[in-house]
Amino acid sequence: MNRIAGALRSPVTFSVLAGVLIGALFLVGTGADPFTAYGAVLSGSLGADGIGSTLTTVTSVLGLALALAIPLRAGLINLGGDGQLVLGGMAAAVTGLYTPLPAPLTVLLALLAGMAAGAGYAALAALCENHFGVPLLVSSLLLSYPASSLASYLARYPLKEPGSSLPQTRQLPDGVALPAFGSSTVTVGLLLVALAAATYWFTDRRTAIGYEIRMTGLNSRFAAYAGVERGGLTLRLMATSGALAGLVGAIGVLSFPYRFLDGALTAPGYTWTGLTAALLAGAAPLGTVLASFFFAVLQVGGLSMERTTEVPRELTQVLQAIVIVFLAARLRFPRGRLRKKAAV
Amino acid sequence: MFFDSDLLMSALRALTPILLAALGGALCERAGVFNIGLEGMMLMGCFTAVTTSWFTGSPWLGVLAAALAAAAYSLILAVGAVTLRGDAVVLGIAMNLLAVGLTSFLLRTVFGVQGTFDDPSLAGLPLVGGFSPLAYLAWAAVAVATLVLSRHVWGLRLRGVGEAPQAAATLGVSPAKYQYAAVLVSGVLCGLAGAQLALGNVTLFSENMTAGRGWIAVVAVMLGRALPLGVLLAALLFGLAEAAGFRLQGLGLPQQATDAAPYVVTLGALFLTTARRRRRTTPAGAVS
Repeated sequence: MNRIAGALRSPVTFSVLAGVLIGALFLVGTGADPFTAYGAVLSGSLGADGIGSTLTTVTSVLGLALALAIPLRAGLINLGGDGQLVLGGMAAAVTGLYTPLPAPLTVLLALLAGMAAGAGYAALAALCENHFGVPLLVSSLLLSYPASSLASYLARYPLKEPGSSLPQTRQLPDGVALPAFGSSTVTVGLLLVALAAATYWFTDRRTAIGYEIRMTGLNSRFAAYAGVERGGLTLRLMATSGALAGLVGAIGVLSFPYRFLDGALTAPGYTWTGLTAALLAGAAPLGTVLASFFFAVLQVGGLSMERTTEVPRELTQVLQAIVIVFLAARLRFPRGRLRKKAAV
Repeated sequence: MFFDSDLLMSALRALTPILLAALGGALCERAGVFNIGLEGMMLMGCFTAVTTSWFTGSPWLGVLAAALAAAAYSLILAVGAVTLRGDAVVLGIAMNLLAVGLTSFLLRTVFGVQGTFDDPSLAGLPLVGGFSPLAYLAWAAVAVATLVLSRHVWGLRLRGVGEAPQAAATLGVSPAKYQYAAVLVSGVLCGLAGAQLALGNVTLFSENMTAGRGWIAVVAVMLGRALPLGVLLAALLFGLAEAAGFRLQGLGLPQQATDAAPYVVTLGALFLTTARRRRRTTPAGAVS
């Protein structure tokens, strides 16, 4: 069969088009011209003024999308991204503030501390499933709330910047920051996340463990029969996932405004955008990168859409969710009906 | 004294939304549909209740509209998971996200405010004997659900559909029909839960105001093994944790500690019950 025709009839294409179309209906409903609005999304996110902001957003969205895609590849859903992200950010902030080492080493240590904090916390959720029989979906989500509360408490009381009215820590010492490209807000963090994506691609395609993960995702009973030890795999996948979420938190703290501000890491909803991207891509490595870019464009472009057409930017969040609703319902353009099972 | 009747009263007030949503979740679970979209359905209920009460001046119409809107919203899950055989987990997550986006979007387009809509002239539900009328409804719903599930032919068929859909179909019971009914009823109950939250517990709408209560309800279904009475006990546990949290906050504990309390308590309870159940039932080395 023709590959292009096949791609056109895939549920992904259908979902994205349906999302864009329903978004256009919403725009018409609020009295805006859909072409102007979508034009503003594109020019605002990909134009000279917006591309820096888009790439900064891509750093966070792709980081979390990878974090959630890696367990998803084995059929596991980590809903605790927010907690792991925040703990990673907090660990990086504490390391950055209190390490008496040269700045570059401190940065490295802060990144590692962030990854370790996220990994440890996510591993806890895996242990809940393995040893207590609490489904991962639920344990990871429930653990997320106390983590956010803890970080919020630390930023408001013991670590609060004296004299500040905001719930934030002190600014990190001079030089304890990720190098930025030129005068933009894009930092080396983008490269770290890109490296993670490349590693994921290689692992998924070329290694035995990547094969085991995919097998478990396709048919966990078969994989178990073939000798994949499920508990250990869950633990390792969740630790990796949490490490990536923690890394994103650390990158966030080591970039402008160089401190931990309560709510700043979670407010933009990167975790949910990342999960949406991972689901849309079916956790495939390259697809996850593309989907993250698509959603980052929407998120950043939503702001300029709001400026030009006065349509609230929350519309882009609606659009994102609609795409996933259609995708989950496995709707697609007709004529592929007989092959439904083969494409899952 | 720490444990007194006031604490119990505030626990009973905190538990109503969770109980309503969890009952809906339990029905779905019994019918074999894993419903984790409770949070989103509740949020749609909150928004519809506040909007309708604001424009008509009647909180009762708000309650009715919330139930209808959330039921309509639950059709996404019914059509997606039952008719189209999509993944219920992904659908539920998407429904929760869609509800957050949609209500925030509508909050800005309808009321022109961001974050919270709150007006002194917004009519909330009256109290009857110290409780919201919906609280009595929730308790009655527990009794009705218990009776229907254990005694009535509808409940028995619903359980049959959940346990062995093919066997039920062979006996001429349409699984799809019962699953649709369960999902729609859960929508109605979540709509009522949302109305209770936005017009009973407080009288306002704020973005993402359900704040994880729908997820607590999902856990309550697991804790209560999808039995209406079990769900009631699980919801009571959560209500007590929330009420005790408020009490501790009054005694000087930071708000963050009390915010986290319900989640920690629920997780702890989940550990205890599932660990015991597993020791009893699962043989060592069982697959999946």
